[in-house]
Amino acid sequence: MSEDSILSLANVTHDFKRRRALTGPSPLIRAVEDVSFDVRKGDILGIVGESGSGKTTLAKIMLGLLPPTQGEVLLDGTPIAKMPRKRIAERIQFIFQDPYSSLNPRQSVGQIVAYPLYLRGQENAAERDKKARELLDIVGLSSRFFDAYPSQMSGGQRQRVAIARALITRPDLLICDEPTSALDVSVQSQVLNLLLELREEFGLTYVMISHNMAVIQHMTTHVAVMFLGRIVEMDTSEKVFQTPQHPYTQLLLSSTLSVEQGAGVPDLNVDADARRAMRDHPSYVTQRV
Amino acid sequence: MLLNVENLNVVIPTQGGPLHAVQDVSFNVSKGETLCIVGESGCGKSVTALSLLGLLPKSATRSASRMTFDGKDMITMSDKQIRALRGDRLSMIFQEPMTALNPLHTLGRQLTDVYMAHRRGDRKEARERAVYLLERVGIARAAERLGQYPHELSGGLRQRVVIAMALMCEPELIVADEPTTALDVTIQAELLRLLAELQKSMGLGMIMITHDLGLVSRIADRVVVMYAGQVIENAPAKELFENPKHPYTRALLGSVPNPSHPRMQPLPSIPGTVPSLVQKMEGCHFRDRCELASEECRVSIPLLEVGTEHAARCIKAEPETSVARSAVP
Repeated sequence: MSEDSILSLANVTHDFKRRRALTGPSPLIRAVEDVSFDVRKGDILGIVGESGSGKTTLAKIMLGLLPPTQGEVLLDGTPIAKMPRKRIAERIQFIFQDPYSSLNPRQSVGQIVAYPLYLRGQENAAERDKKARELLDIVGLSSRFFDAYPSQMSGGQRQRVAIARALITRPDLLICDEPTSALDVSVQSQVLNLLLELREEFGLTYVMISHNMAVIQHMTTHVAVMFLGRIVEMDTSEKVFQTPQHPYTQLLLSSTLSVEQGAGVPDLNVDADARRAMRDHPSYVTQRV
Repeated sequence: MLLNVENLNVVIPTQGGPLHAVQDVSFNVSKGETLCIVGESGCGKSVTALSLLGLLPKSATRSASRMTFDGKDMITMSDKQIRALRGDRLSMIFQEPMTALNPLHTLGRQLTDVYMAHRRGDRKEARERAVYLLERVGIARAAERLGQYPHELSGGLRQRVVIAMALMCEPELIVADEPTTALDVTIQAELLRLLAELQKSMGLGMIMITHDLGLVSRIADRVVVMYAGQVIENAPAKELFENPKHPYTRALLGSVPNPSHPRMQPLPSIPGTVPSLVQKMEGCHFRDRCELASEECRVSIPLLEVGTEHAARCIKAEPETSVARSAVP
C-alpha cells in the first residue's frame, strides 16, 4: 500500500452461495477473484467490463456493504471490516445508476439532501437545511427545488440531487455506479462536467463504474478492466486506450460504436474458442510505483 | 416506396391535458433501406413506432394525412387488417427481450405460433422454419433450443430469438425500438452486424429507433432527428453527420464524449430541459435552449429544404450555396 492511497484492496475474493439443489452442498459462484489495487487521492479510477463481470459486487465491497470472502479492504490503512458503518460513510459515498429509484419519492429534495447530516447528528435542523441549500446551489439546482419532490424533476436534476446528498458530509471518495447511463446524452455531459468541477472544488477521488467506454476514456486517470470476476488489465487510461494488451480489452475497445459515419459495425467474430482463450490469457495489471 | 408517412400526429390524453406526443411527422422508407429515428427520451420516437404498428394505447388518437404500407392505406385499416399485417409483412423488435418473450411458453411454441397465425402451414413446417432462422441468427443446436424457456437463455441469445421471431414470416419492414440498449457492447456489435447482414440478404426495410448516435452513424442510410414531438432534421446519414444543420443536431453530436475532446475537460452540453408537450407550443420547440434563438423563432417553423434531400426545421439553418457545396471534397 502506498502513502497517499485512500482505499486499497488486497487479494479480494467474493463468492456468492447459489441456492442448492434438494440435497448436496450449495455451489459457489465466484463473483470477484483475487482483486488488488490502490485508489489514490485525486484518482479517477474507471472500472469497465461486461454485465456479470463483478463490477457492482466490487463496488459493494469497497463501500463495506459486502464483506469479502477472502482478502481485505483498507481505508486509510485501517481494515474497513473493523470500522463502524457511519465512519466509513463519512469517507466514502455512493451515486447509483438510476436516479428514479435511488431517491425516496415521499421525501422532499431538502430532506433527501440533508438526511446524511441528520444521521450523523452533529448539526441542528437549521444548520442542516442551510448546508443542504448550499449543496443544491453547488450542484446547480436553484433553491426552489428545496421543497420539491423527486417526481417533479427530470432525470438529470435527480442525479444532481443524488450527487448533493453524496457530498453533504464532505467525503473523500465517491463511488459512481453507471452515473449517467440512465440519462440522455445532452444531460449526460452536464452531469459529467459537474463531476469534474466538483472534483476540483472538493479534492475528490472517484471510482467510476461504466460500460460506456467513451465516458470512461473521457473521465478517468486509470482504468481497470474486469472479465469473469478478475481484473484482466489495469493501467493509466492513456495506456489502456492506446495500447490495450489483453484480448478482452481489445475486444471491448473494438466493439465500441463511436460516432463515425460510414465505418459500419465491426466484425468481432467471438466464438467459444476466442472466449476460452480470453479466459486463460494472463492478466496485465500494472502496479503503480 | 415501402412505407410513406405524412403529417402523423398522436395525441395522448393525460390528467394535465392532451399531450401532443407526435406532431406532423413525415418520413419514407424504401426496400433495403435503414431509417434511423434518433432523439432523446420523450421526443416521440417510440410513440411514432408504435403508431405505425397500430399498438398505441387505446386512449391515444392518431391522425395523418397519408400513411401507406406498400401502397395500402393504413389509416383506414381495421384492427383486424392491421393485425394480419403485423408480424407478417411488418414486424418488430423491442428493447427488452425478456418482456417481449412469454416466460410461460417454450421458444419453439412462440416462434411457431407467429408462423401459424399468418400462414396456413402446419406445426412441422413452422418448426423447420424456426430451426432454420435460429441457425441464421447464430444460435447453435437450434433444434434443442426450441424446447427451452426464455429464462434459460442469456440476454443476447434472447434478443437473437426475438430477431428470429420477427423474421418468421419473411417481413418486408422491421421496426426495431432500441434493440440493443439492454445488452453489453460486444453483444450489441454482434447483433447489429447480424441485423445488417440479414437486412441486406433479405432486402428488408428497417426503421431503427435509438438515442445512440454512435450506432446511427454505423448503420443508417437515412436519419430523422426528433425533438419534442417534431422532426427537426431529416437527411441522408452521410450528409447529417458531415453537415448537420439544425442547432439541436449539432449540439447533440457535440455532447457525445469522443476521443477528440480533450480528456477531463468540460464537454459541450445543452442547457435546460426538454419542454412539456402538454400544451401545444408555438414556434420552434428548441428555442429556449438554443444559442441562436431570436424573436423570429416564436412563429411556427416548417421543415425547410437546406440541401439535397436534406430538411431542417430552423430558420437560421441557411441553405447551402453551390459554392460552399463544391468546396467540400
